[in-house]
Amino acid sequence: MRVSRRLMSRRVVSAAVVAGLLASAAACGGGDDDKGDGAAPAGGGELKGTKIEIAAKWTGPEEANFRKVLQAFEKKTGATVTYASTGENTDAYLGPRLEAKNPPDVAVLPQPGLMQQYADKGALKPLAADVVSEVDKNFSPYWKELGSAQGKPYAVLVKAAYKSIIWYRTEAFSNAGVQPPQTFDDLVSVAGTVQDSGTTPFALAAGAQDSWTLTDWFENVYLSQAGPEQYDKLAKHEIKWTDPSVGTALETLAKIWGKPDLISGGVAGARQTKFDESVTQTFGQQKAAMVYGGDFAAANIATTKAKVGTDAKVFPFPKAGQVAPAVLGGDIAVALKDGKGGQELLKFLASSEAGKVWAGLGGYLTPNKGVAPDAYSDPVAKELVAQILKSGDAARYDLSDLAPAAFGATPGKGEWEALRTFVQKPTDVKGTQAKLEAEAAKAYKS
Amino acid sequence: MKAEDSAPHEDVPHDKVPPADPAGGTAAETEPAATGRRRGGGRAGGIAPPSWLALFFLMPALLLLGFLVIYPIVFSVIRSFLDASGDSFVGLDNYTGIFQGHDNLVAVRNTAVWVVFAPTVVTIFGLLFAVLSERIRWSTAFKLVVFMPMAVSFLASGVIFRLVYQQDPDKGVLNAVAVGVHDTIKGGTGYPGAGPHAKTALVRADGGAVVTTGAFGAGQTALVPLLRVKPENLPKDAKPAAQPPAAKAGQVTGTVWFDFTKGGGGELDKPNTGESGLPGVRIEAVSGGKVVAKATSAADGTFTLKKLPSGSVTLRLPEDNFTAPYGGVQWLGGTLITISIMVAYLWVWAGFAMVLIAAGLAAIPRDALEAARVDGATEGQVFRRVTIPLLAPVLVVVLVTLVINVMKVFDLVYIIGGGDPTAGVLALRMWTESFGGGNDPGAGSAIAVLLLLLVVPAMLFNIRRLRQERS
Repeated sequence: MRVSRRLMSRRVVSAAVVAGLLASAAACGGGDDDKGDGAAPAGGGELKGTKIEIAAKWTGPEEANFRKVLQAFEKKTGATVTYASTGENTDAYLGPRLEAKNPPDVAVLPQPGLMQQYADKGALKPLAADVVSEVDKNFSPYWKELGSAQGKPYAVLVKAAYKSIIWYRTEAFSNAGVQPPQTFDDLVSVAGTVQDSGTTPFALAAGAQDSWTLTDWFENVYLSQAGPEQYDKLAKHEIKWTDPSVGTALETLAKIWGKPDLISGGVAGARQTKFDESVTQTFGQQKAAMVYGGDFAAANIATTKAKVGTDAKVFPFPKAGQVAPAVLGGDIAVALKDGKGGQELLKFLASSEAGKVWAGLGGYLTPNKGVAPDAYSDPVAKELVAQILKSGDAARYDLSDLAPAAFGATPGKGEWEALRTFVQKPTDVKGTQAKLEAEAAKAYKS
Repeated sequence: MKAEDSAPHEDVPHDKVPPADPAGGTAAETEPAATGRRRGGGRAGGIAPPSWLALFFLMPALLLLGFLVIYPIVFSVIRSFLDASGDSFVGLDNYTGIFQGHDNLVAVRNTAVWVVFAPTVVTIFGLLFAVLSERIRWSTAFKLVVFMPMAVSFLASGVIFRLVYQQDPDKGVLNAVAVGVHDTIKGGTGYPGAGPHAKTALVRADGGAVVTTGAFGAGQTALVPLLRVKPENLPKDAKPAAQPPAAKAGQVTGTVWFDFTKGGGGELDKPNTGESGLPGVRIEAVSGGKVVAKATSAADGTFTLKKLPSGSVTLRLPEDNFTAPYGGVQWLGGTLITISIMVAYLWVWAGFAMVLIAAGLAAIPRDALEAARVDGATEGQVFRRVTIPLLAPVLVVVLVTLVINVMKVFDLVYIIGGGDPTAGVLALRMWTESFGGGNDPGAGSAIAVLLLLLVVPAMLFNIRRLRQERS
């Protein structure tokens, strides 16, 4: 959800300037008609005359890039694909159309939780056998399972966001004479040295509306300490949030969150800081040395004078335990109508072919094994994708996005608010766990 | 309407047909004789259209009302007795739920605070503006400016005030003012946050102050290394740290400097090249708990403590060198947030109150005020004893309208509070529970029905007033 909104990085913007010219004409039509773009199918053509409608939330440069991917599909198959923008709230767009029995053929959902919800309603069509084999070929079993409900595969991962990185200001690090840390304890000591050098080490976005950064911190630490199996259990609420492993993760986080001196603006300031403000504090106002943010933070950095790749760099989220964490978010595509066209499009989106087209355009990441790091046009993405592929089967989907929205995706509620309160009272590990469990129990029940 | 209007002609036969009433009423007021004549003539049907026609004319309005108002209300009431999925009946659980749980109670409390304070304060400001602007030459311009925020969408107002209330004094204008005023009065401190290195043997932290570990006799030199000096606090005239100058008899000299070599490395506890002296640090020599000499460091960090008594002293850098800078007020912190949002609300609505009250003010008979003045009343007395009582009906209408409005305040709370539950109000929770992630339309509907019930008395009151005015 908020992930892809921020995916609009400068590199995408520049790549999209060209594409934008093309797409603006199409965008003017309210995203209803795309005929002009995919006029002459060069080869194939087995789907000639088939009309497919796909709905996704992307707009602007992201939409422009996605349309190019769709064009590649049109060229290949001869089908005509129309794109409809769902707006920010996907469910609010799709819900009424499902109700009216007039859904698009394919929809891109920002959260697996939504897929589960639709699957329970019986609104989804299972993937065809050849789509499943395409998924099997390109993705590790975890991603297939992520797109499954009640054991049936429904969805393919279209686009990922990588959340196991910390952005840092290179100048602050070279002033302090420190190197990017490898472990969480290193991170704490690097933070100490950076602080000694006169720079506040972290900017933390703990504002009520952006507390998802806190859940991301937690997920990285938890995945690293407790390992993927425990992580999966917690995501399904098979173990409780009062589990000692959660307490350990919170105690680890308190090594940074609990120290107002390490955080720009102190705890009071952080509790009112929005995500974009935390990035600006670090790279615009130069008040901090490090800030958490996924690959999508590049878009925010692009609004400051700092340059991604030289002034602003990333290091992998340090290991807090045995496993190097790899937390991803992402968008998944599902079929809402029967028909060959929709399934063919899903198959194409799961293929390495589509991934390569998109990777060349920028603003895109995927755990698709068929898309090698070389296919990416920008260097930061190359680096990140190498990390994703290296983590292999240990990569996990964002836990808070797997949880019911009331727990994992609502400002001022559930996990967001519990962790936000924890930033204020970092000694209260037990109380935080109890609160998390109480909120989780309520959200998973309904 | 029926009660008053039908009173003068209770025996009119078509009295049972409500739509005909206004026509009858007007006729009765304007031309009683004619009505009498018509009544006498038994031509009642001639005044009012037949009821089927009246119904026909009313149909569009009734249909719209039914679809857009009645049906949603009924549906919400029904929905409020069902659970989240809408499948099973849960009785009053959704209603009791409003008063359970910390966040809900906070929302209830905040709504009460809003209803009590916001309308009153807005009305008072509106009254003041209206009365004062009557006396100034540029009153139209003034009124225009005060009314202007009404033209701004609430969302935009929220965004504006979010910026105004920013914690960071570099961004939030209110805190910029607060910090500016504070620093002018108390003076900015030297090196907030600076302190000794954990590993150094030379100095240690002592409360907020920094003291030397060793003691110094006359003629000796002291090194005072400090860390965590923020670049923005380092004065421009600071020079590279120098070795302490030679101490003469009765003196202790030393250097206080930023013991961090840019880029790392550099020997601990030594003023290496590339390390900056810290000018303007206040140093005290302490002997037996008493301050015996004071000095302030120079641009290169050196200082000389003179006229020391015999015996050894320890050096202390008092706390005021390092106190954290004043960060301004936490406008959006837990205690102030609701008040801060109310100020934004005041900014938006004061113009509305002012315009209504000014209109009422214009309608006050001048001679009443003149009479009071002639009788020797002061302006204050005229205002309190004459103007306000005459304005009371208008004031009450404004107040009640604002109460209704405040019950459903949403935009400002949503934008400025940013989802912070400490700012929550019922209208916001209604949305959060049903659409904003709560996924429980039952609970949301219950809050909606509660809000409706709370608004109804105020509505009835306003309607009654309107009627009284008309009669």
